[in-house]
Amino acid sequence: MSSLGTGAGAAAAPKYTKKDFESDQDVRWCPGCGDYAILSAIQKSMPDLGVPRENIVFISGIGCSSRFPYYMNTYGFHTIHGRAPAIATGLRLARPDVKVFLVTGDGDGLSIGGNHMLHILRRNVDVTILLFNNRIYGLTKGQYSPTSELGKVTKSTPMGSADRPINPLAFALGCGATFVARTVDRNIPHMDAMLKRAALHKGTAFLEILQNCPVYNEGAWNVVYEKESKLQFELRLEHGKPLLFGPPDDRRAVIMDGVVPTVVKAKDVPESALWVHDEKNVNAAKLIADLFAPDFPVPIGVLSAIEGPVYEDVLLEQERRAISDRGPGEIAKLLTSGDTWKI
Amino acid sequence: MAKMVAPATATKARRELERAVVRFAGDSGDGMQLTGEQFTTESAWAGNDIATLPNFPAEIRAPAGTLFGVSSFQLQFGSQRVYTPGDRLDCLVAMNPAALKVHLADLKPGGLLIVNTAAYDKRNLDKAGYAANPLDDAALAERYRLHKVDMTGLTLEAQKDLPLNAKEKDRTKNFFALGLVSWIYTRPLEPTLDWIGKKFAKSKDVAEANTRVLKAGHAFGETAEIFSEHYTIEAAEMPPGLYRAMTGNRALAWGLLAAAERSQLPIVYGAYPITPASSILEELAMHKRFRIRTIQAEDEIAAVTAAIGASFGGAIGVTGSSGPGIALKGEGIGLAVMAELPLVIFNIQRGGPSTGLPTKTEQADLMQALYGRNSESPIVVIAPATPGDCFYIAYEAVRIAAKYMVPVMVLSDGFLANGSEPWLIPDPSTLPATNVEFRSEQEGFFPYLRDPATLARPWVRPGTPGLEHRIGGIEKQDVTGNISYDPENHDHMVRTRAEKVRRVAQEIPPTSINGAATGDLLVVGWGSTYGSITAAVERAQADGKSVASIHLRHLNPLPPDLGHILREYRKVLVPEINSGQLVRMLRAEYLVDAVGFNRVRGLPLMSDEIYEAINQLIGERQ
Repeated sequence: MSSLGTGAGAAAAPKYTKKDFESDQDVRWCPGCGDYAILSAIQKSMPDLGVPRENIVFISGIGCSSRFPYYMNTYGFHTIHGRAPAIATGLRLARPDVKVFLVTGDGDGLSIGGNHMLHILRRNVDVTILLFNNRIYGLTKGQYSPTSELGKVTKSTPMGSADRPINPLAFALGCGATFVARTVDRNIPHMDAMLKRAALHKGTAFLEILQNCPVYNEGAWNVVYEKESKLQFELRLEHGKPLLFGPPDDRRAVIMDGVVPTVVKAKDVPESALWVHDEKNVNAAKLIADLFAPDFPVPIGVLSAIEGPVYEDVLLEQERRAISDRGPGEIAKLLTSGDTWKI
Repeated sequence: MAKMVAPATATKARRELERAVVRFAGDSGDGMQLTGEQFTTESAWAGNDIATLPNFPAEIRAPAGTLFGVSSFQLQFGSQRVYTPGDRLDCLVAMNPAALKVHLADLKPGGLLIVNTAAYDKRNLDKAGYAANPLDDAALAERYRLHKVDMTGLTLEAQKDLPLNAKEKDRTKNFFALGLVSWIYTRPLEPTLDWIGKKFAKSKDVAEANTRVLKAGHAFGETAEIFSEHYTIEAAEMPPGLYRAMTGNRALAWGLLAAAERSQLPIVYGAYPITPASSILEELAMHKRFRIRTIQAEDEIAAVTAAIGASFGGAIGVTGSSGPGIALKGEGIGLAVMAELPLVIFNIQRGGPSTGLPTKTEQADLMQALYGRNSESPIVVIAPATPGDCFYIAYEAVRIAAKYMVPVMVLSDGFLANGSEPWLIPDPSTLPATNVEFRSEQEGFFPYLRDPATLARPWVRPGTPGLEHRIGGIEKQDVTGNISYDPENHDHMVRTRAEKVRRVAQEIPPTSINGAATGDLLVVGWGSTYGSITAAVERAQADGKSVASIHLRHLNPLPPDLGHILREYRKVLVPEINSGQLVRMLRAEYLVDAVGFNRVRGLPLMSDEIYEAINQLIGERQ
């Protein structure tokens, strides 16, 4: 893979191993938490970025996932609930030479910080967002989250939740995200590939990681964990490949029936009728985002990857142009410009 | 500047005045703000000292002719030092009945009252709630020097051969009023003629129309029989140098530019539009050449946290808002306290609570600034005294924030933000240095290692090899910065964060006392009341009273010499535009029996009422 090449020091990036990205802090997630696998995968993927360790910053909000920066031996800032996207935006505008990762969860990113998530995505700030979705509030001990299914029985909803869940992928695409993907905490090779794709994207990359909370929401993603259902429902998205899934003896295809996605037996449709995945087709991605079991497969992979103007690049280009057109600002000149008079 | 003289007007008597207070009032659509600003520029050219008070409705286009749609611009100009826009009016221009109704009570008996008779029709009289035309009431002309002028008619007449429609022609009538009042007070027309030429360079007819109407107003004063005399106000004795008109918000913005230049650091300003702070964002956005990076954030919280993100990156993070927005920023400011990062917060106070009086002034956010966050969350609080002072205060805020790694809140207000004064342009090289040193030395590094003098922790820019570290909002062990729930460590950190703010007292110069160092009464003020208090105190001093005043720029920490000064006077009076906030601090901190003078009307305090309060307090027996 090509390296990211962030900042002037990129060329000098030493040869790292996973260990170089492990901090000296004890990891304090619950035993069996999906976050361990994600942490390990991220630490493992870091050397491949080709970015000097000192040029990497992890920003997080609040929640189990947001403890993440403490365990990375990079620069890190564990901030306040929901605000990490705004912190990251300010950081990028001040320091376009550092590579910024943002770690958040379904509550932090889509509930208390939903507004900031919307705006970082539409601005297309160059930040890699990792949203750990476990469909529950873990750190506050088990209340339902904005991605919990309707009717979810939790401590705060003893008779079932009354609010419909939000779909993170559909949300991100609706906000104009230029990179949207999904992976699973128990699929290490896929997670590794997605982390790299997301990290290398120019602009905001939104990666949803389906993550298991063994204490408060065990088995939330069993559909893609258990061998049999995984075989039945996992749809690997690959650019240029048709939307095919299911066991070898029962391959099925998602096709378009008018404007409605429909599941059919693969052998019943001609090749020309297959829906070939195109990462550049945002409208198609919006339809794929809504597919889920049991009526549809569960798509994992890159839904959409397009180019778009990057917020801080546009602003900093304006700054460069202003300076090249008229020279750097001089306060002494500004103070005496315009209407003045002598006494 | 060469002395500018108005066109010759030798035929009528000219009387010399020391000062005058003029208010232009009319409908929101009548252009009163522009008229006032131009009159201010003319007065600056005439060499007078000036203070202004723009006052406009919160509604963008309030229904025409209504009482709540009235907009006004007041200024005081004089040959002596002018501290305030003035309490009572010498001259009121009332462009419609609603303006008359709202403002007449402020006109001195015998004052000049100039009205546009054409606007006093049944429809406008009804809207203003007048059953009969007040101009027909003989008492009005007895009480005031009433001048009924058909400004609309004369305005249209002056441009009758110009190819503009009726509406365009009518719109220039504010310049008729400006021309007339400029004649009355012998103001030079040149600056306004220059302004017209530049503003309407692309539409010659509009430029011609405004020029003609301005001159028509001026000539009307000269030739009409109704004005028997007019006035001159000599140039004021001001310190020599180059001057410009300066508003508070522009001064705050330019102070940041100066800080960016001196510190060689980019500034990231995060803001969400809010009255009366928005013009800071707009001003800064024009100056990208100074490496000022502005973010119009999605909300107030994003505005402050983006600034914090920038500070983490090694830039100067600044955010600005007004009270309601500051309330939303509270948690973010707490993060900067905990993470010990520099952050500058401008609070342009306005009337509250809640939405309150968005376009009016108030000083009621002092307690919010000091205590408006959860837990023990001390920050530095400073306040400018005048519009021009905002330049220095913004610069100082950046300097302190970076030196002590601490949030600094600046308490300006709507009066300072929009008000302007003739400002002696400083030599920026005389400003104190803001030398920021980022840590790069790996040996012995810890994120919360402290400078012994300031207690500041090292500021490390991401990108610095070998100093990778993590910070955050969770309590941390001193020195190492590791997460810590240890009870004794928390107590130590609470005290350390407070002590760091207290050490900013090292930066405060000796308090300057206006008057004798001991006496019967000390008046203590802060923020925008400087002018009203100083004028009142100097008047009482001229009466021979034993009164002095001090004006606090530093509200947290307070000046180290303050306790001593307070005890040198028998009584202490604290005028504020709130219901008694600084006075409570002084009583609590120094156990002095300070007395408040408090009015919360959305307007600056009147110097007269402070003068009366001084006399009353001195007259009381011990």
